[in-house]
Amino acid sequence: MYAFTYHRPKSVADAVALLGQFEDPKLLGGGQTLLPTLKQRLARPSDLIDLGQIPELQGIREEAGGLTVGAFTRHAQVAHSETVQRVIPALASLAEGIGDRQVRNMGTLGGSICNADPSADYPAAVVALKATVRTDRREISCDDFFTGMFETALEPGEIVTAVHFQKPDKAAYAKFRNPASRYAIVGVFVAVFGSEVRVAVTGAGPSVFRADDMEAALAQDFRADALNGASVPAAGLNADIHASADYRAHLVRVMARRAVEACG
Amino acid sequence: MANPTGIGASVRRREDARFLTGRGTYTDDINRPGQTHAVFVRSPYAHARITGIDAAEAMQAPGVIAVLTGADMEADKVGSLPCGWQIHSKDGSPMKEPPHFPIARDRARYVGDAVAVVIAETREQAKDAAELVMVDYEELPAAVTSLKALEGGAPLVHDDVGGNLCFDWHLGDAAAVDAAFAQAAHVAKLDLVNQRLVPNAMEPRAALGEYDRATGEHTLTTTSQNPHVIRLLMGAFVLGIPEHKLRVVAPDVGGGFGSKIFHYGEEAVVTWAAKKVGRPVKWTAERSESFLTDAHGRDHVSHAELAMDKDGNFLALRVATIANMGAYLSTFAPSIPTYLYATLLAGQYKTPAIYAEVKAVFTNTVPVDAYRGAGRPEACYLIERLVEVAAAETGIDKAELRRRNFVPASAMPYQTPVALQYDTGDFAKNLDIALPLVDYDGFAARKAESARRGKLRGIGFATYIEACGIAPSNVAGALGARAGLYESAEVRFHPTGSVTVFTGSHSHGQGHETTFAQLVSERFGVPIENVEIVHGDTSKIPFGMGTYGSRSLAVGGSAIVKAMDKVERKAKKIAAHMLEAAEADIEVKDGRFVVAGTDKALTIGDIALQAYVPHNFPLDELEPGLDEQAFYDPKNFTYPNGCHVCEVEIDPDTGVVQVVSFAAVDDFGRVINPLIVEGQVHGGLVQGIGQALYENCVYDEESGQLITGSYMDYCMPRADDVPSFTVRYHEDQPCTHNPLGVKGCGEAGTIGASAAVMNAVVHALSEYGVTHLDMPATPERVWQAIRRHTPAQAAE
Repeated sequence: MYAFTYHRPKSVADAVALLGQFEDPKLLGGGQTLLPTLKQRLARPSDLIDLGQIPELQGIREEAGGLTVGAFTRHAQVAHSETVQRVIPALASLAEGIGDRQVRNMGTLGGSICNADPSADYPAAVVALKATVRTDRREISCDDFFTGMFETALEPGEIVTAVHFQKPDKAAYAKFRNPASRYAIVGVFVAVFGSEVRVAVTGAGPSVFRADDMEAALAQDFRADALNGASVPAAGLNADIHASADYRAHLVRVMARRAVEACG
Repeated sequence: MANPTGIGASVRRREDARFLTGRGTYTDDINRPGQTHAVFVRSPYAHARITGIDAAEAMQAPGVIAVLTGADMEADKVGSLPCGWQIHSKDGSPMKEPPHFPIARDRARYVGDAVAVVIAETREQAKDAAELVMVDYEELPAAVTSLKALEGGAPLVHDDVGGNLCFDWHLGDAAAVDAAFAQAAHVAKLDLVNQRLVPNAMEPRAALGEYDRATGEHTLTTTSQNPHVIRLLMGAFVLGIPEHKLRVVAPDVGGGFGSKIFHYGEEAVVTWAAKKVGRPVKWTAERSESFLTDAHGRDHVSHAELAMDKDGNFLALRVATIANMGAYLSTFAPSIPTYLYATLLAGQYKTPAIYAEVKAVFTNTVPVDAYRGAGRPEACYLIERLVEVAAAETGIDKAELRRRNFVPASAMPYQTPVALQYDTGDFAKNLDIALPLVDYDGFAARKAESARRGKLRGIGFATYIEACGIAPSNVAGALGARAGLYESAEVRFHPTGSVTVFTGSHSHGQGHETTFAQLVSERFGVPIENVEIVHGDTSKIPFGMGTYGSRSLAVGGSAIVKAMDKVERKAKKIAAHMLEAAEADIEVKDGRFVVAGTDKALTIGDIALQAYVPHNFPLDELEPGLDEQAFYDPKNFTYPNGCHVCEVEIDPDTGVVQVVSFAAVDDFGRVINPLIVEGQVHGGLVQGIGQALYENCVYDEESGQLITGSYMDYCMPRADDVPSFTVRYHEDQPCTHNPLGVKGCGEAGTIGASAAVMNAVVHALSEYGVTHLDMPATPERVWQAIRRHTPAQAAE
């Protein structure tokens, strides 16, 4: 780890101000990606701005029938929240399946979505649950937020403050874990809002995406077997030593089926 | 009443109190006044010529004390890391043994090869400066896999090793095997890969060098399984330091699995540099460094053929193996794919003729050496996979085919066609215990139940035998070992009757402090709280060979027994004098020295006190004191054996394999501490399951970069990956040639498990026509195998 200056602002405004002051500052969420990156000397920020002591970024509350989760809410807090379990149980269950206990006790929702790791779990929930990402300056629709591998619509210096999830009629997340890292090789979040079905896929591609064919098929007939004719093309999907693009494409359908079945 | 801390008691491990509460003292926990920190500059290329090293900028960095290179070591006449075993090729020529310098001189030969070392006041300063060392590399094409390294025109890892061939060795009777194959009614054939593994000891390697200018004494504290071996190799061959001026200490060591047997360059560098900079020098590997530089394991590519008669009797076995040695010969590397592998190819079977050929190959990868089981898992995997193929092809039940070919207990001692002589073993008995234990007859019903849930189910066996103890010295010497393979012990009674045992064995997780103390408790009736086991410090313990190859109890424990024999002989003489009886009348009963037929008795404590306060002592015939030393050189290897049975369920939709049950029936000879034995078996099984399903060391075949360089990509087995194990052992077949009748249990689980799991996986997939799958059986490999064999899905 290279030396850096550590800051712990008490408000979003202070954090924004700090961001403007330094040459190469970096925001610290839960640190589950950033800290290993620093330890491996793969990043060299001049300043680290820890968002952990900002009350505005904390908390889980019901809002407009859905849920608003503060950006600095840790995965374990989402997983164990009675509110989340009651309003959107699939979101609690997704959070309970992230990484391991240590990761869940440190990692945060805001950190996860801002990092936009192609194999992170939360992006699937954000997209499937028609979430709105709130920042210090605006609201961003989930369909616009994730723009590519490790890329988001955030502008330089913009801080995510909360995510508002809409409450679905039913929803479930099915994930095929990388046996080594336990990140998602493929994760599929299925959510039903009236006649609308959203199928968000993480892990398989460079960034989270919606499986249009599957959404259409399920909107017609919300049963696992309805997915038999639907598929995601392997072209353009991720491939590594753990899973080829073909295998990922296959797993998208298997996980989608399982998510539909889990919706009950 | 049985001694609660004697032989056979499940005494809880005494060492766990400190290990489990963070109070162990590992090498990195030790800090010396004035200590400096070493960080290595390592080659980012698999193969490159080093054309220049400019350390000027690094030397100017804050806190930097020195930047040292291979040239500096050469100037100080530092030698090459020696290889401890010499193999001769078929044609009689010795193996190729290119030099292996602690810091590379003109060529880097694998990613991670040390090129320079930076020594600074703090570790972070050393790391900062290491990035400033400018190394000019001229990148060369790399030979990465063993098969490609053997191809004509492959890049040469060492210019003077043609074809990258280290040796081309063989064992057995080729003519007899050819003749048997000519008679065969059926031949089963198999090509298989035993993939490369990264050892992943929990504690990374570390080394701390110190030099005392006043006495001229060097001290190396290091993460080693055998500190005396390191002292001998490093002192005599690398640094030219005589034993009496070199102390090597291996304190608490957090796991080794073989990877901490070897003498590594970093040990020599910190020892040498401590004198050069006049201050202690410490190096501790980061986990990424462990992946890159710890000696790896396995990495065999084999072809095997088994000839049978019409009744399924094995007639002959023919094996050809290519073994990857990596870029240099690690300490015991040449012995692993030869005398610890091919000699085990008889397995539990009376196959009359066996012929094995082994080509050892240099590649641009980190050296490969012993890893838990070391050669024996490779042999077991090959035989047991081949036997299951034979069973499937002949239609003979796989348990029955094994039983038909077992060496019968009545044939013991049994001379195999590949050099070993098994002393004891009742292989049919192991199987007889295992079959009802796993409800073999109920498998069809369980398979049907799995099928109802959409799952495939398979059952697989592995019946293994291994050679442990690595002995005797004269035999090992004749086979190429450049060391003796005995063990030492000293049993020192103190005046008030407490005991210190000094052992040449080394515990790095095996529980010696408990098991060895139980031996003393049993013999002399001393509670184990009064027995201290000391190991790991060449300044305290007699010259010993250390711990590997499941040898500690069989060889180290036997040395303790021999030392206790001497203590008892002397104690009897003292007791006879004190009790005014004839020595011949003194009997040892329940730890008491009794005059036969009387109630006159002394405890060992009474005798020890008299030995050190010899007021009433036969000083004319005995010296005071009660402190004896012994060396034990075994007559033979020991032969643990067993039958492992695994059941798996496979999800055909994803290819995920789940081990749903695993039973291990083992013959370890006599068992001293059942709790520790069970723990060793559990750990071994998990490691074997890890190889079968999860672990795989992958280098990029062109660039030689390590792709699986972290836990993000190198998959270790975890607690939720394995079932609750069913472990049984029997003690009916004690080893016949050591005083305890013990055989060793440290590697058994690893040796049997991989084969049992893979046999179960292939069995589950057999309904698709799958006949073999290479390890690890990852979800995608399994899914692809299913897809290849399912035309409808493949077309989709």
